[in-house]
Amino acid sequence: MSSIQRDLSLTGQPPASLNSIQKVGTVIGLGGLIILLLALFNINLPNKALWLTLSLAAIFGGILLFSYGAYADKHAGIKNDGVWFKSISSRGFLAWVAGLALTGFYIVLYFKADLLGLNAKGENTGLIAIFDPLSKILSGNPASQWFVYGTLYTIAILGFGIKFLWKYRHNRYERLRTISVMFFQTAFAFLIPEFMARLNADDFSLPYYDIKNVWPLNYYNFEQYRVDDFISAGDIGLALLIFGIASIFVITPILTYKYGKRWYCSWVCGCGGLAETAGDSFRHLSDKSEFAWKVERWVVHSVLVFVIVMTTAVISTYLGYDPDKYWLTKDIFLIGVGFFLTLLFAVIWIFKKEELKQDARYGAIGYLVIVLALIGIHYASGSTLFLIPAETLRTTYGFLIGSIFSGVIGTGFYPIFGNRVWCRFGCPMAAILGLQQRLFSKFRITTNGGQCISCGNCSSYCEMGIDVRAYAQKGENIVRASCVGCGICSAVCPRGVLKLENAATDNRINSREILLGNDLDLMDYLNQS
Amino acid sequence: MEHVVIVGNGIAGVTAARHIRKNSDKKITIISAESEHFFSRTALMYVYMGHMRWQDLKPYEDKFWDKNRIDLVQAYVEKIDSQDQILHMADGQTLNYDTLILATGSVPAKYGWEGQDLEGVQGLVSKQDLELLEKNAPNNEVCPKAVIVGGGLIGVELAEMLYTRKIDVTILVREKGFWSGILPDAEAQLISEHIQSHGIDLRHEEELDKIIADGNGKVKAIITKKGEEIPCNLVGITTGVKPKIDFLEGSGIETDKGILVNKLLETNIQNVYAIGDCAQQREAIDLRKPVEAVWYTGRMMGETVAQTICGTPFEYNPGNWFNSAKFFDIEYQTYGWVFSSRNKKDYEQHFHWKHPDNTKCITIAFHKKSLQFLGINTFGIRMRHEVLDRWLNERKSIDYVLQHLSQANFDPEFYKKYESYIQATYKASKQTA
Repeated sequence: MSSIQRDLSLTGQPPASLNSIQKVGTVIGLGGLIILLLALFNINLPNKALWLTLSLAAIFGGILLFSYGAYADKHAGIKNDGVWFKSISSRGFLAWVAGLALTGFYIVLYFKADLLGLNAKGENTGLIAIFDPLSKILSGNPASQWFVYGTLYTIAILGFGIKFLWKYRHNRYERLRTISVMFFQTAFAFLIPEFMARLNADDFSLPYYDIKNVWPLNYYNFEQYRVDDFISAGDIGLALLIFGIASIFVITPILTYKYGKRWYCSWVCGCGGLAETAGDSFRHLSDKSEFAWKVERWVVHSVLVFVIVMTTAVISTYLGYDPDKYWLTKDIFLIGVGFFLTLLFAVIWIFKKEELKQDARYGAIGYLVIVLALIGIHYASGSTLFLIPAETLRTTYGFLIGSIFSGVIGTGFYPIFGNRVWCRFGCPMAAILGLQQRLFSKFRITTNGGQCISCGNCSSYCEMGIDVRAYAQKGENIVRASCVGCGICSAVCPRGVLKLENAATDNRINSREILLGNDLDLMDYLNQS
Repeated sequence: MEHVVIVGNGIAGVTAARHIRKNSDKKITIISAESEHFFSRTALMYVYMGHMRWQDLKPYEDKFWDKNRIDLVQAYVEKIDSQDQILHMADGQTLNYDTLILATGSVPAKYGWEGQDLEGVQGLVSKQDLELLEKNAPNNEVCPKAVIVGGGLIGVELAEMLYTRKIDVTILVREKGFWSGILPDAEAQLISEHIQSHGIDLRHEEELDKIIADGNGKVKAIITKKGEEIPCNLVGITTGVKPKIDFLEGSGIETDKGILVNKLLETNIQNVYAIGDCAQQREAIDLRKPVEAVWYTGRMMGETVAQTICGTPFEYNPGNWFNSAKFFDIEYQTYGWVFSSRNKKDYEQHFHWKHPDNTKCITIAFHKKSLQFLGINTFGIRMRHEVLDRWLNERKSIDYVLQHLSQANFDPEFYKKYESYIQATYKASKQTA
């Protein structure tokens, strides 16, 4: 509506304005960031440990104080007042500033780590140096840009996680889910890999491994240096390698069958964890149009094919040029991949063909033919597998998908495109889990009879851009590949229409002509014809 | 080709259009003066509160209408010539129809108060009302103080809206509890207390006497029937709605409070139907009111009339009554009939349970003699429509319902369950009875 005024300042009018506690919180939090900025510009801060503690405590404390100011004196319940009025959450000026700052940070992090103080020779300087004390406590080693990133990432999930817990304190599903992502980030992504690094010695070296980070999200998990490390690290290493393989082929399918992809995407995953906590204020910015959905389907599945091709190429290459070292030969591996993909395709085609839309059928056939043809050409003509050298594929994937897509666009543009752009359009892990969830799972969001009033809160606050209302107003359950099961649609529904459930797979997808509550004879008549 | 013209693009009219399209190839035109596209009226409040934008209220993408060959005309129908089957618009256009569906909805009901047409006095039903509210009460500097007259669902919504902009709100309610014409007293009291806990000045047994103007024709204050003057910048009239039928004068279409229809939703004129808020049943349907201004009934009438128009006549015969609402943070659902303390039937008895935290309660209505389950109200606990609908159809007893209550729970996973407390309270009440 034209009369809405976007508020650029922190004062303004309710409900866009900040109260005084929130303002103090903002100042303290920014103060913590300024310490890091000073370090970045090589201002000499003696006693790094103290300044680092001060900075992180200020950032964390600032977020907590801000949340306290926002929610402490409010009733438990939905807190979306003014979301579309606030500059930061309505693509206003502050959103663009935050977006540009974040993207800038990601670009430097991925491609210009020397600017952060990473020195090829000699000690760390600048921002990275200030993190050395903490890194030495944890792993015994000096910090890297990834340690800096991991620390800030964890602080963000913890701080904004507490904010989220406060905001949704009336909702036990949201609370448990958030405690879960906070735990997995702190323990599995941050602390355990650092402690694992402590175990490393001259004759024993484990690769840096966040074990909840499953291939293909962790697209480099089966690269040669890691596999070599795993194998040379004896039983522990072998167990980790087997766990990594079992994660995607055994554990993931079972859990997704039982609970939907949410067990991973909104309860465990680190990307999901950041999206659900620090990104929560931007969830309504996702594009709900049918067009966006179409783009999503093509892009995310293309990324999945890309990662499969890339990983196959990389593995087959090192199996090929060092045939004595691995019991698995390149030929068996490639035939195995071809066989597995064909089998997977056949199973879906035989059991679930009716559930695939036209473009999904074209896509599935097209991609299978392309992958098999490339393997075939490799054998027939002896050309490089997939026509492009594996190393080129790997670096291209790492650059385009691993860095630009997941980091710069995925997180940097939270305030512009919403908090799940990467998860929705780019994550190959989400694509795999999504296929399982759509075709082989007990999970669904149940629509409550005829109670929907088409208000659109559910669609508005769906971070994955699912038009939840389109289903709810038809009385149809929501069974969508992309749904990460965050539960917010159910939470914001003013009429109690939506419920996330795991139940029998019969009638999971139920379309009705008319809704419950009308004439029984009319319902019978329409449902028969 | 038969031309079906629908006046009104609310839930009733749009549902009828969609179902006629599903079942036929007729030419369909929807006329609305209010908005270009269908939107969810129930969600108007969320735009003012900043939860959603105007475009988010539209349940269908704009391309939907073209794709489904539903023509949209934005115009105000001023006169209907039912003899020659022509609609006359305010802008001079005319439109011929073969079949006409009137789905014009409601307007706020005002009761002839002095000053009710002053600037700053308004209801909250239409898109224009929302725009007006943005003008009348953009913030608490322009509008530090508002008085809402009437304690219904729109009244509480308006209070919640103004509350988000930190505007001081007084609500005048005629009864002893909020919405106590509909809710049993214990529930009405729970809602009253919840509203008051937000700092809203909710006054029971108070009525509007008149509205006073400042020098410029704007609201300055109101005076209650008890004679108290309350200064204010906005007066929200939420004393109910009435069918929008004034334009039908002289059309030959028979009206009373609303447009009179038979069970096939036909008016007295052939090929003219009325559905939704504007329709009034000639014959009562079970215990329902002849005019029902509810989203769901509008939709159901649309679903039904579409079948009739497409050659399979169906009488409007809705199933069990159900409804829902939200009072600030407390959700409300109802299935079957639970009447207010005042309107309770002779045979109707209530079992009531309330959580000590005062945000959750349920009331189950049952037949005194047969113990048949008649209906349930829940506050703060979500229930499963399908299960309760089935129990009502199967005429289960209250004992059965209480025993199996957990099957009807629809709260999110991991929520605390209250069935055992409710059952214990019921047992205790039976022993003392």
